[in-house]
Amino acid sequence: MGRDSIRIGSGAGFSGDRIDPAVALVERGKLDYLVFECLAERTIALAVRTRRDNPEGGFDPLLEERLSAVLPAAVANEVKIISNMGAANPVAAARAAAAIARRMALGPLRIAAITGDDVLEKITGDSPLLEGGTAAQWPGEMIAANAYLGAEPVVQALAEGADIVITGRVADPSLFLAPMVHAFGWSWHDWPRLGQGTVVGHLLECAGQVSGGYFADPGIKDVADLAQLGFPFADVARNGEAVISKLPDSGGCITRATCTEQLLYELHDPACYLTPDVTADFRSVRVEECGRDTVAVAGGSGTERPEKLKVTLGYHEGYAGEGQITYAGPGCVARGKLALDIVEERLKRLGSDIIELRLELIGVNSVEPAGEAPPGQREVRTRIAARTRTPQAAAWVGREVEALYTNGPAGGGGVAHLVKPVIAVASTLLPRDTVAPRLHWEIVP
Amino acid sequence: MKLRDIAHARAGDKGDISNISVIAYRMEDFTFLRQRLTSQMVMSQLEGVVRGDVVRYELPALGALNFVLQDALAGGVTRSLALDAHGKCIAALLLDMEMLPSANRPSAPID
Repeated sequence: MGRDSIRIGSGAGFSGDRIDPAVALVERGKLDYLVFECLAERTIALAVRTRRDNPEGGFDPLLEERLSAVLPAAVANEVKIISNMGAANPVAAARAAAAIARRMALGPLRIAAITGDDVLEKITGDSPLLEGGTAAQWPGEMIAANAYLGAEPVVQALAEGADIVITGRVADPSLFLAPMVHAFGWSWHDWPRLGQGTVVGHLLECAGQVSGGYFADPGIKDVADLAQLGFPFADVARNGEAVISKLPDSGGCITRATCTEQLLYELHDPACYLTPDVTADFRSVRVEECGRDTVAVAGGSGTERPEKLKVTLGYHEGYAGEGQITYAGPGCVARGKLALDIVEERLKRLGSDIIELRLELIGVNSVEPAGEAPPGQREVRTRIAARTRTPQAAAWVGREVEALYTNGPAGGGGVAHLVKPVIAVASTLLPRDTVAPRLHWEIVP
Repeated sequence: MKLRDIAHARAGDKGDISNISVIAYRMEDFTFLRQRLTSQMVMSQLEGVVRGDVVRYELPALGALNFVLQDALAGGVTRSLALDAHGKCIAALLLDMEMLPSANRPSAPID
């Protein structure tokens, strides 16, 4: 018969997220599943470069720290773990997880890695991009192509007894939908149910963003104890309806307002939220407070899943260089502008090595290009950023800003500079039958 | 009266597209928001930041509007030179919009 409800915790909303809230959840949250969502749009493309240098690398750099922190309680409390921390190398990530489990004597454990999202070899130069044009017309060198997999391979891994499932690119809400489908045996054609499950997954996928994070506006939207923000969990019923809550002694808040903000986060047309599993419909979702930090979510629906799978292409598109310097006191805005003029003139000699240049004053116009400094502004930070064809040209941006110490306007201080490769992303679609997810197992005795 | 007095907002990003949700604190203010907060007003308020079209979606069950802003992130999060490449700050700029003098704020739904 199975269970009438399951409890799914959200352990991370991005790769650098806090670790202690997940530890609290797995120790005291009475969870059945703990999901870590750690993969941003271009993370895999960055990880592919790491894997190129080290065949055992290319997965989330915090995987070992995160798993070491949660595994003892996860094993003791029989909490299954699902995460996309595999990034560009789920198999190596599973091996690393197995090594941790062996070292901590936490076996027996079954660890599944899901591959098949890497479709670089299947993308041709004339693949049409959703942004317009073709894959070959996009500037830069294509270094990664990853299809968004759905919940199906994760459900297969759970059905085959996985205690830990590590994936590469799987759509964020699908990581959460998978345990629901596994526990309740939902049909892959029950679109309204899969749509409601996807709504719940979407609410949980950014962890603290539904429990009071990314929400506080002092005096208007106050949130208690953000330093101890509690991560959310959902009690999901067999029909997909869910109650979102958090540990009672943790910081933050879960209200109609926090849940509505997160429900609409990164949403476009609310009638068509596309995932590999379903076209989810958010229009009839109901969000109701039913107690302190307890919100019921129902009414999500859906229609047939998209015919094709979305693929994110990562391009190495040159470099970015940046430099910053601060001016303060009377006349600081004029000195900051003079600094911009000087660096702009100095960088002219780099000619076409500079693709794009951005000159701004932080505190004045770095967010709103037309921003004006109010009279009596007491400090500004000058910022020059450029996209360049070569790393040398990118480095010159910071060097010219640093040279302002002794060659620029009076009283400039606190120079910072950096150079980084630009990894841009574009998207295309692939027929489902060209993408074949596979499971690899690591067994810890 | 500012938009910030009756609604809260959150910005999200996908590629070069930003979305801003605007959510009424009180359900009774939603009708007012729906009548007054147009795509055109959002475009004007964010002039210089958003370069493309703005499309508005209505979510009456949630008392919310969702604005989808094209060409809003200087080429997209992954390529943009902007300090706030995700455009996370722009929801707060939108909330600064002047709506109506406070005296004219409806105390009941205008239907």
